[in-house]
Amino acid sequence: MSPEVIDIWSYLAREPLLWLTVTLLAYLAGDGISRATGRAPLANPVLIAMLLLAGLLEATGTPYADYFEGAQFVHFMLGPATVALAVPLHAALPRLRGLVIPMLGALAAGSVTAILSALLIARALGVEGATLLSLAPKSATAPVAIGIAESLGGLPTLTAALVILTGIIGAVTVTPLMNALRIRDWRARGFAAGVAAHGIGTARAFQVDPTAGAFSGLGMGLNAMLTALLAPWLVAAFT
Amino acid sequence: MIVNIAILLVCQLIGEATTRALDAPVPGPVLGLALLLGTLALRPAFVPRVAPVANGLLAHLSLLFVPAGVGVVAHLDRLGSEGPALLVALLGSTVATLAVTAGVFVGLRRLIGAKP
Repeated sequence: MSPEVIDIWSYLAREPLLWLTVTLLAYLAGDGISRATGRAPLANPVLIAMLLLAGLLEATGTPYADYFEGAQFVHFMLGPATVALAVPLHAALPRLRGLVIPMLGALAAGSVTAILSALLIARALGVEGATLLSLAPKSATAPVAIGIAESLGGLPTLTAALVILTGIIGAVTVTPLMNALRIRDWRARGFAAGVAAHGIGTARAFQVDPTAGAFSGLGMGLNAMLTALLAPWLVAAFT
Repeated sequence: MIVNIAILLVCQLIGEATTRALDAPVPGPVLGLALLLGTLALRPAFVPRVAPVANGLLAHLSLLFVPAGVGVVAHLDRLGSEGPALLVALLGSTVATLAVTAGVFVGLRRLIGAKP
């Protein structure tokens, strides 16, 4: 590279503008591919955008901390977006009538399954100690899961990664799985996505159907609370 | 639009402050969600004041997970030698949770005879 190009690069690399812009462009590319494939489960926009960006960081030798200087503005919006879930939930309230028992039953069964099945599979494969404990809250939304991992004696940064991976796995598998199980009720499909795969599952649900999105947001919020209550208790019984 | 954003941020701020003050096991934004939901239920006239930005944000909820997702890929090697076992556990557990949650939901709905 010529000295001018290096000058411009070292200027841009320090400014939040570059990585903020690139994050939006990577998402637009991911969303474009997702639309072009008719929202195919594997063409998940989060997955595509994060692979593109991780490749770009690797190619340019950019540390994640520098990238996050720019990307933090996008990351910050997760909080307001969680509050915003009140709007579709409010619209879905009339459709909640008569569903309180199915919802609470599904929540309890799903929350226990999420914690216990992860612990059982991982332990059978030889995972133990703090790594195993980090896995317990993986279906809860990230801030709750990290708090739970800390109180259990897990590794909060590992939990953060496991939570994100869980979200992506849930978002990619939910549609083919529900089709295979012949579950066509958008409320059940959405609720399951939120309980199993928190916000990333909810983002997927909103792509597919607004009712599924609202129920997914509800499942995510309820499972965050229930996991915080259940995880210490189930982990103590398990270990 | 600014009113929309301000309402969302005020709810989040009250949520964050309350969960910190009470040391509650709920994240601030989730409490903010409950607060906004309560407000909308009591005062439906509020809906048009938040709906445009709220729906706009939620239409691109995927975007907001990208920075955290990049962090996971950038640090994937930190999963270490237990990485494959952890991925198998995540895959098995997530699929089981999806199936159990949706199955119990549909089963109980049929049992109590709620309309599909």
